[in-house]
Amino acid sequence: MSIIISNISSWSIPIIIFIIISYGIIKKEKIYDLFAEGAADGIKTVVKIFPYLLAMLIAINIFRSSGALEILVEALKPISNRFNIPDQVMPLMFLRPLSGSGALSYTDQLLKIYGADSFIGKLASTIQGSTETTFYILAVYFGSIGIKKYRYAITVGLIADLAGFFAAVFICNLLFL
Amino acid sequence: MINILWFLLIIIGFIVAAFNGRMDQMSPAIFQAVTDSVDLMIKLLGPMALWLGLMNIAKESKLTDLIARLLRPFIRFIFPDIPKDHPAAAAIILNLTANLLGLGNSATPLGIEAMHELQKINNNSTKASKAMCTLLALNTSSITIIPAMIISLRVANSSNYPAIIITSTIFATAVSTITALILDKFFRVFYN
Repeated sequence: MSIIISNISSWSIPIIIFIIISYGIIKKEKIYDLFAEGAADGIKTVVKIFPYLLAMLIAINIFRSSGALEILVEALKPISNRFNIPDQVMPLMFLRPLSGSGALSYTDQLLKIYGADSFIGKLASTIQGSTETTFYILAVYFGSIGIKKYRYAITVGLIADLAGFFAAVFICNLLFL
Repeated sequence: MINILWFLLIIIGFIVAAFNGRMDQMSPAIFQAVTDSVDLMIKLLGPMALWLGLMNIAKESKLTDLIARLLRPFIRFIFPDIPKDHPAAAAIILNLTANLLGLGNSATPLGIEAMHELQKINNNSTKASKAMCTLLALNTSSITIIPAMIISLRVANSSNYPAIIITSTIFATAVSTITALILDKFFRVFYN
């Protein structure tokens, strides 16, 4: 099973690149220039999120080094033990809907400490990739058109995030453990 | 919201540090974070540039339009209250395509544009319409095929298999999206 998965995963990126550049050439696009143009946008994106990453990394590092994170993780033990989730991953459950850069910074630290290819690394990556910053999206999307009454939107978003979190735990236990 | 979270993380950290006698570790923690953030940014530059470069080819050669066409019937099913051929449908399709391909930053402006179109059908009310809640449900459950940012982060942390999480991510994101859609259908009927 895990051989098939890692095959799919290792083939996926070459196949995606193959399809994109072949389609571009067939359509007679200047693929080399288009690539460079898009790459420049990618760099702009990273530079744009840098101040937020910096702000969040500082806050998270303070929170962690003070021992507050250990207290939080300890308090969540009943849930993490019950569902076989590594303790260190639990804070992501709260951080992810609240702050994209916060969750990204925290995941980065997990990957650095435990290794990107460890079980914790893969689980944190999956959670990071499969849930969204619900409150941010809500604020930006509804804020832009002056919506004040959110109705059931928050409830749906948060339950979906929770479902994504536990689905990630389930699938990672199945595939990577 | 985010202001309060940031404030709480820092203040609780300082208070706990005072009780734990770890005040001496606060300054190193702060300056470590400052150095780490630059480190992280530099490591993310390459993979993100690669990915958005490829996506620019896909966009300009209209490969993304093919995906958008596949999504059309699905849009009609989950947004029954959008009139046929209304510009809102096109904006929603583009927004979802960007989400599917992990283009979070292009998805947001497209999503806002879709919201503006939906607001026109909503008579400029301050109360969210059902279609708006559905669009939000889709965006917050983040239906994704290629999680570009996290693959970049794994490359940055010298993973041997940066893309290994694609399969697990597709599964988890599918579960959260299906959950969101079922809940949304439920609330459409029972919530007024």
